[in-house]
Amino acid sequence: MSILVDATTRLLVQGITGREGDFHARQMQAYGTQVVAGVTPGKGGQRALDGSVPVFDTVRHATAETGADTSVIYVPAAGAPDAILEAVDAGIGTVFCITEGIPALDMLSVVPVVEAAGVRLIGPNCPGATSPGKAKVGIIPGSIHRPGRVGLVSRSGTLTYEVVQAMTDAGIGQSTCVGIGGDPIHGLSFRDVLALFRDDPETDAIVLIGEIGGSEEEEAAAWAAEHLAGTPMVGFIAGRTAPEGRRMGHAGAIVSGGRGTAAGKVEALEAAGIRVAASPTEIPALLRAAGVPGG
Amino acid sequence: MKLQEYHARSLLAAAGLPVPAATVARSPAEAGRAAEGHLAAGRGRVVIKAQVLVGGRGKAGGVQLASSVTEAEKVAAAILGMTIKDIPVRAVLVAPAADIVRELYLGAVLDRAARRILLMGSAAGGVDIEEVARTDPDAIVRVHAHPHLGLLDHQARSMAFALGLSGHLKAAVAIAKGLVDVMRRCDADLVEVNPLAIVRQPSPDGSMMEILECLDAKITIDDSALLRHPDLEALRDLAEEDPTDAIAREEGLNFIKLDGTIGCMVNGAGLAMTTMDLVKRAGGEPANFLDIGGGARHDKVAAAMGLILADTNVRAILVNIFGGITRGDEVAHGLVEARAQQARDVPMVVRIVGTNAEEAAAILRAAAFETATSLDDAAAKAVAAAAASQA
Repeated sequence: MSILVDATTRLLVQGITGREGDFHARQMQAYGTQVVAGVTPGKGGQRALDGSVPVFDTVRHATAETGADTSVIYVPAAGAPDAILEAVDAGIGTVFCITEGIPALDMLSVVPVVEAAGVRLIGPNCPGATSPGKAKVGIIPGSIHRPGRVGLVSRSGTLTYEVVQAMTDAGIGQSTCVGIGGDPIHGLSFRDVLALFRDDPETDAIVLIGEIGGSEEEEAAAWAAEHLAGTPMVGFIAGRTAPEGRRMGHAGAIVSGGRGTAAGKVEALEAAGIRVAASPTEIPALLRAAGVPGG
Repeated sequence: MKLQEYHARSLLAAAGLPVPAATVARSPAEAGRAAEGHLAAGRGRVVIKAQVLVGGRGKAGGVQLASSVTEAEKVAAAILGMTIKDIPVRAVLVAPAADIVRELYLGAVLDRAARRILLMGSAAGGVDIEEVARTDPDAIVRVHAHPHLGLLDHQARSMAFALGLSGHLKAAVAIAKGLVDVMRRCDADLVEVNPLAIVRQPSPDGSMMEILECLDAKITIDDSALLRHPDLEALRDLAEEDPTDAIAREEGLNFIKLDGTIGCMVNGAGLAMTTMDLVKRAGGEPANFLDIGGGARHDKVAAAMGLILADTNVRAILVNIFGGITRGDEVAHGLVEARAQQARDVPMVVRIVGTNAEEAAAILRAAAFETATSLDDAAAKAVAAAAASQA
């Protein structure tokens, strides 16, 4: 198994004819992901990725013709909320939204619709997910992975790559790596992803990469203490030196009113029995110390 | 993006909320004329408030009363000469001083955990609401607006009753709904009235009456939404914005100046924060947060280097790039270009991994850059370089 994406995933790329969509669709296809369809309104009937993938005008048409069950969105911010809702309306079960810069209030309107439909939304402003050796959806470089049994969930992009690379270099492979996105209002939370990992027989240990802002790390820690007691977990929190009241790049990364601090998150994770690394490079050693084989 | 109080007041007034008429003045003479108008209208005193985007202006003496035109000019001159948290005061707001019976707090914020707009009210106004939230959370009344319908009438009513405003029900409901409407219409992160006040004032027949008024207003706009609100973008206070912030905004760089000596250039916000943390852990202090974003080209890298070097405290620069969409060789070219242009010789430690890292390494080797392979090693080398260049 693994979570969210695997060899059976039938992927639809919304915005496949755009520069980003085309580039990453090729990377996903080269990694072995089944890219079965693309959607660009007005370009239905064309073929993308050197003729290998049919392009449709609407998501509904694409799912009907190809049986796509998962969508990844590379549509610019102005059109991305609608792209998510179009995927939901067409019966797609899992939607990854890579797009960054979507206004928070747009997501505030979209998320309840997604949830009422029982659709899993990952992102926006996320790097996607990779199940090494099976499939990747999003923008995470495929080359950094190694198949294995450690699940990873993160709010960041390149920081995730850094940790994955460190694990791979240390001989510790991954079951699935998921980036949930750096925006304040988004789909799956840390806790949601932990629950998926708990139910995955191919995930034996979990790495959680958090950052300042919000309270998802604290909620995840509390949930893990109750539901993941026997599972080795290692955490990392970025932003220990971040000043209060300044948004650190990600719209969601801000310490305000003394809440959302790195110190508070580290404390919550440790209280839940999760070892917290002081540097990403320490993560492999902490995993080994927790009984994860590798290297 | 934070709006100045006078802009926030205008937006609330335009939405039909009761905001007392006030005048912006940029000189003591203008403030005097404004005060004359308000005093002539029968109000005994005016309040003169510094218009700056930083908090704590009251404590800094940036809010004062005056009861004559001469006094208003004097007070305005004093406030216009102030610097509040390094920001020179360029404008004041002159408003009739209210005869306050009771102060309350009402504010709409984005509640990310609940994924709703949260309207918060407190019967104690004029206070730091975050402080109240910490020390006496039960004193705050919370209502979540409907994600698609906004604040419903019955929600606004229950807020009004909970705040003891049954005597001003209609006005309180209109204000509560108005704050959430403004938040939705303007794509705001925050719309706050502190204080919301019951004020006493003469009615047309000469008797005294009590009404509800918004005596202050604070609005922050979601930066991601500014593209579709050119009217709000136009309210950006360019004079108050730090010049480096303006350059960063134009170049599409996420840059925040800090107080340390080690300049950091990183791709990705999470990795940029981590790089700062590791600099600190290695015994140094980061001079900035800088995320050059995904897929940065060499010219953007050069612009980023310019921002770092503009800070005269910088003694060493740490470049940390994990190439995904970003190509290592593009960054390396940008660094070579930037170093050729830089006026100041600041030691630089470069770590480039991921996409095209080998090509990058060759470029950096040819240009004799100091490089590092691991994150921790890069931070340690940068801290050592800063110490050496300071000595």
